[in-house]
Amino acid sequence: MNIQKNIKVLIVDDEPNILLSLEFLMKKEGFIVFIARDGEEAFDIIKREHPKIVLLDIMMPKVDGYEVCRFIKGGNDTKETKVVFLSAKSKEADIEKGYSVGADLYIPKPFSTRDLVKKINMMASGVVS
Amino acid sequence: MNSYVLGLISIYYLAFLFIVAYQAEKKSKNAKSIVSNPNIYALSLAVYCTAWTFYGSVGRASTDGLDFLAVYIGPTLVMFLAFPILLKIVRICKTQRLTSIADFISSRYGKNRSLGVLVTIICLLSGIPYIALQLKAISNSFGILTRSIVNSNILVDHTFYIVILLILFTILFGTRNVEATERHEGMVTAIAVESIIKLIAFFAIGIYVTFWLFDGFEDIFDKANLMQAARKSFVVEKESGMSMWFWHTLLAMMAFMFLPRQFQVTVVENVDEKYINRAMWMFPLYMVLINIFVMPISLAGGIIFSGKPVNSDMYVLSIPLNFSDESLAIITYIGGFSAATGMIIVETIAISVMVSNNLLMPIFLGIPASKELINLNPSRVIQFMRRFSIALIIFLGYFYFKFITEKYSLVSIGMTAFVVVAQFAPSVFGGIFWKRGTQKGAMAGLVGGTIIWFFTLIIPSLVSSGVMSDKIMTDGLFGNALLKPYELFGMTGMDNISHATFWTLFFNTALYFFGSLCTKQTSIEHNQAVLFVNIFQYSKGIENSVIWRGKALVSDIKSLLESFLGASRTERIVRVFATRNSINLNTRYADARFVNYSEKLLSGIVGTASARMMVSSVAKEEEISLNEVVEILKKSQELMAVNKELKQKSQELKLLTEQLQAANEQLKQTDKLKDDFLSTVTHEIRTPLTSIKALSEILYDNDDIEHSERQHFLNTIIKESDRLSRLINQVLDLEKFESGKVRIVKEELNLEEIIKDSVDSIEQLAKDKGIEIKQIIDKKMPTFQGERDRIMQVMLNLLSNALKFTEPNKGKITITAYEEDGSLHVNVIDDGAGIAKPYQELIFDKFYQAHDQTIKKPKGSGLGLAISKRILELHNGTIGVESEVGKGSKFSFEIPLE
Repeated sequence: MNIQKNIKVLIVDDEPNILLSLEFLMKKEGFIVFIARDGEEAFDIIKREHPKIVLLDIMMPKVDGYEVCRFIKGGNDTKETKVVFLSAKSKEADIEKGYSVGADLYIPKPFSTRDLVKKINMMASGVVS
Repeated sequence: MNSYVLGLISIYYLAFLFIVAYQAEKKSKNAKSIVSNPNIYALSLAVYCTAWTFYGSVGRASTDGLDFLAVYIGPTLVMFLAFPILLKIVRICKTQRLTSIADFISSRYGKNRSLGVLVTIICLLSGIPYIALQLKAISNSFGILTRSIVNSNILVDHTFYIVILLILFTILFGTRNVEATERHEGMVTAIAVESIIKLIAFFAIGIYVTFWLFDGFEDIFDKANLMQAARKSFVVEKESGMSMWFWHTLLAMMAFMFLPRQFQVTVVENVDEKYINRAMWMFPLYMVLINIFVMPISLAGGIIFSGKPVNSDMYVLSIPLNFSDESLAIITYIGGFSAATGMIIVETIAISVMVSNNLLMPIFLGIPASKELINLNPSRVIQFMRRFSIALIIFLGYFYFKFITEKYSLVSIGMTAFVVVAQFAPSVFGGIFWKRGTQKGAMAGLVGGTIIWFFTLIIPSLVSSGVMSDKIMTDGLFGNALLKPYELFGMTGMDNISHATFWTLFFNTALYFFGSLCTKQTSIEHNQAVLFVNIFQYSKGIENSVIWRGKALVSDIKSLLESFLGASRTERIVRVFATRNSINLNTRYADARFVNYSEKLLSGIVGTASARMMVSSVAKEEEISLNEVVEILKKSQELMAVNKELKQKSQELKLLTEQLQAANEQLKQTDKLKDDFLSTVTHEIRTPLTSIKALSEILYDNDDIEHSERQHFLNTIIKESDRLSRLINQVLDLEKFESGKVRIVKEELNLEEIIKDSVDSIEQLAKDKGIEIKQIIDKKMPTFQGERDRIMQVMLNLLSNALKFTEPNKGKITITAYEEDGSLHVNVIDDGAGIAKPYQELIFDKFYQAHDQTIKKPKGSGLGLAISKRILELHNGTIGVESEVGKGSKFSFEIPLE
């Protein structure tokens, strides 16, 4: 288990069961984990906690993931935050759109947990260095 | 009132007309035509209402009661009933470039010159007295307003100066362009404006009399009723009264079509055939409006001037003057003035074209010296002839007024003119509906009718003015009692006008008919006859349907055109024509179609008969036998039939293409929906799949997970698997509904039972969540036809949705069911989250998420509602929702009892 990270990770998804697995995985890697069930909750946490990495679903009630991503990348004190889209939308056009709104990574659902953990860890070490 | 002031007012008014006409001409030059407007067209037709209407109607109403109306009912009937005839005449004139009634008749009967001359003379016979009548009205009204006696010395007679101004106006706006087919936009606009002015003026006096001097219509009629004289106004007298109505209305119908000025505005100045549709109701409306106050004014005049010698023709002026309302009298004067000037201007333009084209031009062309002159500068000569004719006509009218009309009332002159113009009816109607009508028949009819007209109407007027002895009236012509002008062949019991109408038309029609049957048409006559009668078949391919054979040099024809149209214009027109008809003009001899077309262009300028003469002077024409004409026309008609069929086929093809396109579009749409559905479903499937995969991988990789956590993860995996399989079942289900594979097997069902069963099966879940389910069910509901499992499916879907969205331990679900209006109604009401308005329709749609790609619909409603909707549709029922966010939702469905 890595202990090098004292890094805040925010997970945004409206599916409680997906949150369940993601929360487990991230906590196991030693991140400080925050949970939001929709875009509005996400805004609050981002403003308050300034997480370094955000795992973001796209299709959500009220405010969608694109909006959240634009908010992060548009804010002066949040634009360094890494955004990882995790979405069941997996068409090429969807992925392109994800990157176009400023995402750092786009992982289609369903994902491989090992692969996801590896990528987030790499990203976290980038954040640290 | 001072006569100079009134004179100035008249001049100002004419100046105003100048400005209106000038502006309109200017606009039309800038291609912003005012006249291409159906309202202007309809209003210009109201040139029909002259000073005779303005002053004379009231006069006539005073002496003959409601009889005056016949003159206005006629045109109204034409607009309603005979507009196809009007349309046909307009179409013929447009395609043949005819510019007057004289041209029309002479063209139909073989472009015959003498017919053109005869029609022109008849028009002069009707037009000159009619113009005189207008001048008389102007003069009388002027005299009454200024309380002066008309001076017999021309130079101090103000009417003379008005005549000069009118000549100037007419020349200015009537002869700007030598091509008479080109419309006189300025003139038409001025006429339309005049129509409005005279209507307003007449309304002003009408309202003044009816509501100011009296207390409304009823008051006038009541007071008039007390007077013996007025009472007879409303009685149609016996049979003679009825026959009078018939003949006068018929007469007015024909006059409305054939009076030179009407032909001018209705046919020649028509910009677009469609405008007739507007005129169809607008013109009759105008007729109604301008007649509303006639009767009240005439009765009021009778009451006010009871026992005094006041000319009833001038009541509209005398009444306001009697009460010293001078300004109103001036308004009335202007109205009458505008009615009179409008008539004079249009009538003069119309007749001047006829006079110069049909009388002067052929004469000039016949004299070698003057023909030289025409060849030298034709458009100047034509313009001069037009202007000369205009001046001549108005002056003739003036002299007629000065020396003859003093003795007659306005109406009698008008009606006399109507009768002579009606003589055109047999030749025109026969000409456009009967191919057999011949030139000799037309000539015989016209001459015969005119002679009878002269005998029955003009001779009596000559007698009464003392020119002839009255022996002819009492003893008859040559002492023959059968030949009395007012009692021809012993016919009595009719008024003079009806009597004359009957006999003139009787002889005219008979001569035309039998004359036509007894004579033969020449080839050109037959050609024209076929074109006129079948104009709607030929109007497109008219260039090809005119038969002509002969030799003419292209250069000759061109130079003929150039002298009238100018070199550059000729070049352009010829090029366009050649391209359109694929004719090679670089040959020595001209193509027959080209010769024809040139003749038509010329006839637009100099009239049919003159154009004929000009073309034949440069062309060597060969006679074509009648049989050949018939043969060729038949062929071209066959060609046209084939053409028509082709056109129809291509139209069908076009329609088919459109249908295919629509079908294709629909397929595309369906395809898109299918795509949307697929992407929605994949997304829905991936969500539980993601949880299952992630949690399984976690369990696989982490042996050290605590027992309780492991149990939680495994339980979640199981639940998500259930969700997945439920979803797959729903998709399959929906697919079955969509493709129509689902057949409802109906049996007799008890709704109450079904509701109870569905509540039973969900009760445990509700209890776990701490939610109460209340049922209010009408016990007396009848049974209905349906499939039990399907209705159960709907109920379960609604109930589980309600459960999902109500708050645990707090929420309440109410089910109500009852019968109303032959349907069973079920409501499932919750007090949960509610659904925002924009989503309420969408939740029954399986593609709901696709409309709103990234914002998710309320969790978990899945495809259940879409399926429920399909199920109810199969039961002829409906489903809907009412909801308010935060307060709850009410889902309702109904099933009709068969």
